[in-house]
Amino acid sequence: MSDTPAPPLPAPRARNLGRLLLWSGLAALMALVGFGLYRTQAGPVSSGPAPDFTLITFDGETIHLADLKGQVVVVNFWASWCKPCEEEAATLEAGWQKYRDQGVSFLGVDYVDTEPEARAYLTRFGITYPNGPDLGTRISQAFRIRGVPETYFIDRQGTLVRVKIGPIDMNELQSILDPLVTP
Amino acid sequence: MTYHHPSTLARAALVLFVLAIGLAAVVSWPASPARAQEPTPSDNQVNAVAKQLYCPVCENVPLDVCPTQACAQWRQTIREKLTAGWSEQEIKNYFVEQYGARVLAAPPPRGLSLLVYLLPPLAFVVGGYIVYRAVRTWRRAARPRASPPPAAEDEYARRIEEELRRRE
Repeated sequence: MSDTPAPPLPAPRARNLGRLLLWSGLAALMALVGFGLYRTQAGPVSSGPAPDFTLITFDGETIHLADLKGQVVVVNFWASWCKPCEEEAATLEAGWQKYRDQGVSFLGVDYVDTEPEARAYLTRFGITYPNGPDLGTRISQAFRIRGVPETYFIDRQGTLVRVKIGPIDMNELQSILDPLVTP
Repeated sequence: MTYHHPSTLARAALVLFVLAIGLAAVVSWPASPARAQEPTPSDNQVNAVAKQLYCPVCENVPLDVCPTQACAQWRQTIREKLTAGWSEQEIKNYFVEQYGARVLAAPPPRGLSLLVYLLPPLAFVVGGYIVYRAVRTWRRAARPRASPPPAAEDEYARRIEEELRRRE
């Protein structure tokens, strides 16, 4: 009976290098997946410097958040298909009218929406503060929003001080804004 | 011999002229509304594009079967773009520009998304190599030994045989 000799095994050093590369690759992949999961599960940004963004409004105006430093900024994420957003639409407009002369800016960020319906929504609720689409969902990703409506309050130093998940009413809006506008 | 009065001929010519005009109008009439009415894309045409897109609001639900109002609005947008003569790729580019690359069913092979395309074949190759190594090891272990038994075993057999002979 003939016995074919087995092919020579790779040198131990080469084998060790291969294993090292394999395990390193797996570890890097696991770290990447872990980081992605962490970001997904982290929830909205709720403190620290507010993520900077640029909003191009439906009227074509370009607004940089950084340019609003020194003002209190209310950033509201909404969509025309969002029923709970309708509950707070009138409140936000009333808040804008009340606080606009006290150094408060309101910005509406239209999340994953279609423009004709968004414009119709703004007309329907008589919203006059600047609103624009969240192009490429970049703004909502920077704030890590989980849905709409969500409202973020930024103080005069550009620090995120409060997040409201869900529709906001006038009492709550005042309770958040009054301390922020008080010199 | 029939005689045609000039006024009769003129009347006949007039009638023929009017008939010709009327016929021309009748022939050309159906074309006008067809030009005015833009072709409406069918649901199948809309869904052919929609199934390649995912609404970020309804994760893991393709746009063609997503029941939410947001998705209905998106499908309407696709219909409008198709009506306007946009190609499938132009519509997909528009959605990416508006809502980000994550709306695509198949992410573009760039950046981290490249891993989606590289890892499965890589895992297949590595897995195949591991299986090959394992099979080779098993076959080597199962192969009958061709070498003579060790001396100690040989000695043991010899002694047993000798003992059996002595007992006979």
